Amino acid sequence: MPKKVVYEAKIEHLQILDEDGRLDAKLAKDTLTDEQVVYLYEQMSTCRQFDEIAFKLQRSGRMGTYPQNKGQEANAVGAGLALQKGKDWVIPCYRENAALFMHGLPMHYVLLHWMGDERGNQIPEGCLMTPLSIPIGTHMLHAVGIAWAAKLRKEDRVVATFFGDGATSEGDFHGAMNFASVLQAPVIFYCQNNQWAISVPRELQMNSATVAQKALAYDIPTIQIDGNDIFATYKATTDAAARARQGGGPSFIEAVTYRLGDHTTADDARRYREQSEVDAWLSKDPLIRTRKYMESKGLWDDKRQKALEERLSRIVDEVVKTALEIENPSPADFFNSMFAELPPDLARQRDTMRTSSLGLDPDQAGLRSTPEGVR
Amino acid sequence: MAQLTLVQAINSALASEMERDDRVVLLGEDVGVNGGVFRVTEGLQARFGRDRVVDTPLDESGIMGAAVGLAIAGMRPVPEIQFDGFLGPAYDQLVNHAARMRTRTRGAITIPLTVRVPVGGGIHAPELHSDSPEAIYTHSPGLKVVMPCTPYDAKGLLLAAIRDPDPVIFFEPKRVYRSFREEVPDEDYTIPIGQAKIVSEGEDITVVTWGAPVFQCLAALDNLPEDVSVELIDLRTVDPIDIDCITESVRKTGRCVVVHEAPKTVGLGAEISSLIQEHCFLHLQAPVQRCTGFDTIMPYYKLELEYLPEAPRIQKSIEECLAY
Repeated sequence: MPKKVVYEAKIEHLQILDEDGRLDAKLAKDTLTDEQVVYLYEQMSTCRQFDEIAFKLQRSGRMGTYPQNKGQEANAVGAGLALQKGKDWVIPCYRENAALFMHGLPMHYVLLHWMGDERGNQIPEGCLMTPLSIPIGTHMLHAVGIAWAAKLRKEDRVVATFFGDGATSEGDFHGAMNFASVLQAPVIFYCQNNQWAISVPRELQMNSATVAQKALAYDIPTIQIDGNDIFATYKATTDAAARARQGGGPSFIEAVTYRLGDHTTADDARRYREQSEVDAWLSKDPLIRTRKYMESKGLWDDKRQKALEERLSRIVDEVVKTALEIENPSPADFFNSMFAELPPDLARQRDTMRTSSLGLDPDQAGLRSTPEGVR
Repeated sequence: MAQLTLVQAINSALASEMERDDRVVLLGEDVGVNGGVFRVTEGLQARFGRDRVVDTPLDESGIMGAAVGLAIAGMRPVPEIQFDGFLGPAYDQLVNHAARMRTRTRGAITIPLTVRVPVGGGIHAPELHSDSPEAIYTHSPGLKVVMPCTPYDAKGLLLAAIRDPDPVIFFEPKRVYRSFREEVPDEDYTIPIGQAKIVSEGEDITVVTWGAPVFQCLAALDNLPEDVSVELIDLRTVDPIDIDCITESVRKTGRCVVVHEAPKTVGLGAEISSLIQEHCFLHLQAPVQRCTGFDTIMPYYKLELEYLPEAPRIQKSIEECLAY
């Protein structure tokens, strides 16, 4: 009996706008309009400006640890535009600020989150997203559950979840892929392969030639794209969303990108990676290449750039002011949000700010005096 | 009104809530066609369809994580984890996500899910099929932990759990699944989460327990001299704990034995002892005693009854506490 081939696969790589800002017109057909290109450039620039100010806030002691999005912005904006605001869900990790802003999250919420204030996670009504997710890889299952609910209720909704290359080592990543595949849930797995999981490079993270091929095991349509190319990020997400809307289930996107900054402000990437590697990626920066393209098409010039920078500086300053001016939360807040209805002992802890018991119970014999704060 | 076992009462509660609320979805390993390994969900897929009673892949973390997502989207998921020992892989999703979501979003996103878990020993089951992890989840803020042991209580508490806007772990003592029947109303009713029940009133000593040991305690009580009057409390909910019920009883009796299957150290017996000494210090006539599983790994079933607090050991603990 001769052996036969029971499965064959290939992984395609998509790049539409190259590093020098040259567009493949054929591949770019029916993707971004000139107006959308300018819009996405502005969104990326907003995110970059926000990033730089957030970095300074941390360095000046006005904010805690912060993970910069620098270098990866083309992913959040391309995917963010391909998804429908108010209809589709965004389930982020923490390097997709631009997608959250585009889908309605007030910008100061992200600052509040990193300023140690849960109100930064208090997603406003109508914004379909979950808060920044700090543990790695656990939120993809939530995206699958949300997508599953949409399918059960026959709603026209797509859910996109974002994560890094490191997250694909987690068990929950594989669980989420398997659940999505079995349930044919309308979910897009968007991997921002930025080459580094803190200090661990991609080649120590996995021995696979691509991240995209991991989806093959689950029969999920998969593609590798240039993650610094807004045309590719938009097109891949648009195609995946269309497939999901037509009942085609989940899709996988490996976006090859690069974390230009440290992992967070608490990290120093010089300890583990060569500056030459960073320099090589600096020239692939999505902002630089998009600007080159816009200039070549006559959509952009130095004057417009200067006007944008001034506008963004004002916007971000206002955002920072808003975040800094918000009054500190009260300790009652961390009790009040524990349950819909607070159990009696928790209410007592909140009202007295004590966990000790003497004096709390009027029937408790042996009490000499009532401690302060006890009702 | 029908005479139902614990299994049937839980099935009846699930059916009635699925009928009432189309957001309720059951999911888990073998819960569909097979009706669950204990047949708790028997017949529900045939009645409500494959979209509402779902056989999932064999992945406890996946089940819990997907249930969290369903809840975020406004469904009322009721995942089943097949055995107590398999709750471990789902711990992260339950404790770090389901339990934290309301507070980390300051109420913007809530997780109304009820996870059902068969619990405890005494049925000659294989390894990791006999554990009692309720204290682990009681120690984790943001969850409610319920463990009824009678068919009537199970139906009322399960309906309360599914309707609760926050995550609830519903432990089902498997030793009691089919051990007896009692009358359970056909119509729906709820029993408030957090309310203990006095199983028998007494004056001399309080015994606090929950789950299958309630019946071991009743057997122990039967063997005590007739002039000993024991107040037996079935907590039914271990988190939030009904401290008022315990306190009131111990102030009356002055003595207390806490009985549970889980290991002793840092178990719920320790918490209850501490609450009693805080609230009943001058009423105590004896140190609070714990009659529990040992601080060992739960043995395979040849020795499980030596590990568990069975009636003779409970009886001895009560007699010693009374003699102090």
